[in-house]
Amino acid sequence: MATTAIPANQAPKLNYLNNGHSLKSWLLTTDHKRIAILYLISVTVFFFLGGFFAMLIRLELLTPQGDLMQADTYNKVFTMHGMIMVFFFLIPVVPAVLGNFLVPLMIGAKDLAFPRINLLSWYLYVVGGILISHVMLTGGVDTGWTFYTPFSTEYTNTKIVEAGLAVFIAGFSSIFTGLNFIVTIHRMRAPGLTWDRLPLFIWANYATSLVMILGTPVVAITIVLVAVERLFHLGIFDPRLGGDPLLFQHLFWFYSHPAVYIMILPSMGVVNELITCFSRKRIFGYKFIALSSVAIAVFGFLVWAHHMFVAGISLYAAMIFSFLSFSVGVPSAVKVFNWTATLYKGSISYATPMLYAFGFIGLFTMGGLTGLMLATIGIDVHVTDTYFVVAHFHYVMVGGVLMGYLGGLHFWWPKMTGRMYPEAWAKLSALLVFVGFNLTFFPQFILGYVGMPRRYWQYPPEFQTLNVLSTAGASILAAGYLLPMIYFVWSLRYGAIADPNPWAAAGLEWKTTSPPPTFNFDETPVVTWEAYNYDEIPPWERRVPVAR
Amino acid sequence: MAKQVDALYIYLLLVAGVMTALIFLAVLVLAIRYRRRRSHEAQQIEGSLILEITWSIIPLFVMMTFFIWGAVIYFQERTPPADATEVYVVAKQWMWKIEHMEGQREINELHVPTGQNIKLIMTSQDVIHSFFVPAFRLKQDVLPGRYTTLWFKATRPGRYHLFCAEYCGTMHSGMGGDIVVMEPQDYAQWMAGGSSAPLQDTGKVLFSTLGCATCHRFDVQGRGPNLQGIYNKPVLLEDGRTVIADENYVRESIVNPTAKIVSGFKPVMPTFQGIVSDEQLNALVAYVKSLSQPPPGTAGLQSQPVPSGVQPQNMQVQ
Amino acid sequence: MHDSPATTVEHEAHNPALLHHFADAQQQKNAASLGMWLFLVTEIMFFGGMFCAYLVYRLAHFNAFAAGSQQLSIKLGAFNTAVLIVSSVTVVLAVKAAEAGKRKVLVGYLVVTVLLGMTFLVVKGFEYAEKFEKHHVPGPTFGFTDKFDDNGKQISVNPKEAELFFSIYFAMTGMHALHMIIGCGLFSVLAVLAWRGHYTPGYFTPIENAGLYWHLVDIIWIYLFPLLYLISRHS
Repeated sequence: MATTAIPANQAPKLNYLNNGHSLKSWLLTTDHKRIAILYLISVTVFFFLGGFFAMLIRLELLTPQGDLMQADTYNKVFTMHGMIMVFFFLIPVVPAVLGNFLVPLMIGAKDLAFPRINLLSWYLYVVGGILISHVMLTGGVDTGWTFYTPFSTEYTNTKIVEAGLAVFIAGFSSIFTGLNFIVTIHRMRAPGLTWDRLPLFIWANYATSLVMILGTPVVAITIVLVAVERLFHLGIFDPRLGGDPLLFQHLFWFYSHPAVYIMILPSMGVVNELITCFSRKRIFGYKFIALSSVAIAVFGFLVWAHHMFVAGISLYAAMIFSFLSFSVGVPSAVKVFNWTATLYKGSISYATPMLYAFGFIGLFTMGGLTGLMLATIGIDVHVTDTYFVVAHFHYVMVGGVLMGYLGGLHFWWPKMTGRMYPEAWAKLSALLVFVGFNLTFFPQFILGYVGMPRRYWQYPPEFQTLNVLSTAGASILAAGYLLPMIYFVWSLRYGAIADPNPWAAAGLEWKTTSPPPTFNFDETPVVTWEAYNYDEIPPWERRVPVAR
Repeated sequence: MAKQVDALYIYLLLVAGVMTALIFLAVLVLAIRYRRRRSHEAQQIEGSLILEITWSIIPLFVMMTFFIWGAVIYFQERTPPADATEVYVVAKQWMWKIEHMEGQREINELHVPTGQNIKLIMTSQDVIHSFFVPAFRLKQDVLPGRYTTLWFKATRPGRYHLFCAEYCGTMHSGMGGDIVVMEPQDYAQWMAGGSSAPLQDTGKVLFSTLGCATCHRFDVQGRGPNLQGIYNKPVLLEDGRTVIADENYVRESIVNPTAKIVSGFKPVMPTFQGIVSDEQLNALVAYVKSLSQPPPGTAGLQSQPVPSGVQPQNMQVQ
Repeated sequence: MHDSPATTVEHEAHNPALLHHFADAQQQKNAASLGMWLFLVTEIMFFGGMFCAYLVYRLAHFNAFAAGSQQLSIKLGAFNTAVLIVSSVTVVLAVKAAEAGKRKVLVGYLVVTVLLGMTFLVVKGFEYAEKFEKHHVPGPTFGFTDKFDDNGKQISVNPKEAELFFSIYFAMTGMHALHMIIGCGLFSVLAVLAWRGHYTPGYFTPIENAGLYWHLVDIIWIYLFPLLYLISRHS
């Protein structure tokens, strides 16, 4: 084997993307960056699948009668929408796409701690995805994504066990990703990169990973118990056989509440990176934001029964969970205030990623505040199981998670692909998303308060106007999501070639080429600076030229 | 009660609205005021402990006001008055079956008079449903295998939507109906049109035909406990626990008698699960409750409330 | 694994087990250890859900659970517990042998561990067969007429609740047995690799980590045994 070192300025443009073109080199890769791209493709497929179901829902709800499809079909459509979006999009998206790509880069490592397990995670996701697609093609499931018992164990005829298996397998994908991140962040930071110098995106993924490994196994065993009850007619959750349907709800929500923090925390991590770069400032209150991520992860485990206030739990349990649910609101509020304070006396520019960050702050605030309303039991009794809740969680999931993801995708697109996306089209899309989103979901708050329950195929005519507004908004939102699909793909061929650091951003990932080489860094960096050292990094216009 | 919920809601809306407006404005103003210009450098500000503490403590206090007000309303919603008229509700896929104490049966409609406290005692025949009346701002899940309760006092005559609010299968969205609130005189007229026997009389008949009376005698000590006067009183069990004989206890004793054996008795009672329907169970429970009531002429009065010193074991649900 | 055809960089000699993305062997070992401990935490959470269901139902239906428990064979359960404890000892000895570079001893202990594990599974098989014969397997064939013997007092129990006990019994011991099977498989593979000389005093991390897995499965059984077999056997 030749052992000559090749000087960097004479090296051919070899990076992780063109280092091997065969299908095998992609499907058997252990390079975290390639795995991130594999995830990018798969989650995007599922996003549009879930989005397709959303479109069907909104079309049906244009009229009060159930006239587009049968009731059973509608029930399956909203169930598949929920299951796909929750388990196959929202939970994996930011950690598996952006996290996988960036975590090693941001900490100066060559790869994650367990690259083969990382590849296994992707295959588990794909297998789960194939299974859920098979379920969808052979009749679907109609229990709602929450598959409450005894309906899901004793009454429905749909493929619960197979769908459960799909989610079970996808859950292990999540667990292994979380495990990988924790070990990587603990053991593979570059020399000098102490915990208080880490980018907050890393802190966010760390907190998320804690939730992933502690919470996901509980839903896994819950699914096993549901399957066992369904297959062998055991009486674990069915009261006719001595079981307790509320036990299912406790076990289910013990995971599914922390799951929403798995979804939002990484997106919050992205926002940190965007706000600092586009205000050219260090983050305001670094320690508080870092600790608030961990606080949200911890408190998130203590509040699950706020999904069960009217389910038949005792009055005292309800009060305790209401009280605890407010505790999660404080660290979230702290983050929002710190981000806003970071803008103060900054030098702010309005590139697309920053627009998504602004959108996140506004919409997450609204979603979070309505969450506080739901934690207030006196209100929750009225609005739970109505469109108010639907609006709340779409504000935080779509207005929060998805906007953070899109902002991050735009921000790191040049790093991942070596190309710039077209800024004007991107800004237009961001605007469409913001307007379309609010038009779709704000009316649903009102719909919920005036009494429209959720999961309704047909509804009383007085609810129609608000439903029509919502559907109109959804069409705008859809356009806002389709455009990036088009221009991102376009940019791969025709986009401007990107500089290693087109945003003049802080962070180790920007100190290597765009796209990075397979092993990330030619030499392991040694970190002697604080995070977000924008006082030392000149903005793009005044950058110091680097020998290429 | 609905007004109170609305008042709380308006308060929450105001706070949320103010917070949202503040954040939106702050972001907008800061983003414009500090937009990138050649002449200005960003100023690095690490943070401020005072600010962090302030904007943690103040929201926490505000949230506590949400919690307390919400908890007070909830407590009232979950504590039915002792003098409430009871109505039994059985939910099934996909309809609501209502049984008044006087024997009236309704499907998907509930007639009630104004100005009277009504307590619904609800169970499901199959899956979990939820009894939701938006106009009353009330909702309660209805579970198979046990009773849950909901109480209200209607103040204005009219028809109000009743929805099922827990997804329950194909016609979940078709499982609706109306609460029909009437002036007391109109209600009395409507009541008089009914022809079924009062619920407790139906129960009395069942008590006899199902053979309950053979062991649960009132004249001498039978093989089962005498059921007179037991409703809502503490019961000493064989294993030393003391429980309160509420609706759920009576229901459980019929479908799962060996779960709680009364002290001094043998576990010989057979189970009636599968032999009695939910409606028949309601009738039997109503009958047992009637054995604790004062003689007729004082209709509508309940037995004494639970003595305060006793710790109930099975008061999971009101 | 890492194919970089165009840039081959000068390369120090190192243990072939060292993976290229790690800075050194110590980092790799630390990473692998931490990874395994985290995985064990997920296993605890996984079983935790079932322990939670057990707790709820035992509190609600104590008599039925006690009656069901009395139908299990304490002798076989205790024997199995002893078998597992001994197997954990052999695992520790295997790790020590690996550390000392004693290949044959290492393989020997690994094989003994697998044999002990299979003994456990065989005994479990007998127990399950007995449950099948006595119609204690939940489902359409279930029938339960035994009483709870509370110090001589015979207390009848609701068969539905007893069925719940057995549902939980089979779910928990079944899941545990599945983990045992996986463990046996793991150790078999490791035994083969050890025989071929893969593990040296400089690198025996897989043996250690598989050992951790086995110890956890053992500990889970040590909880299962009293909770399932010894309900109200305190006299």
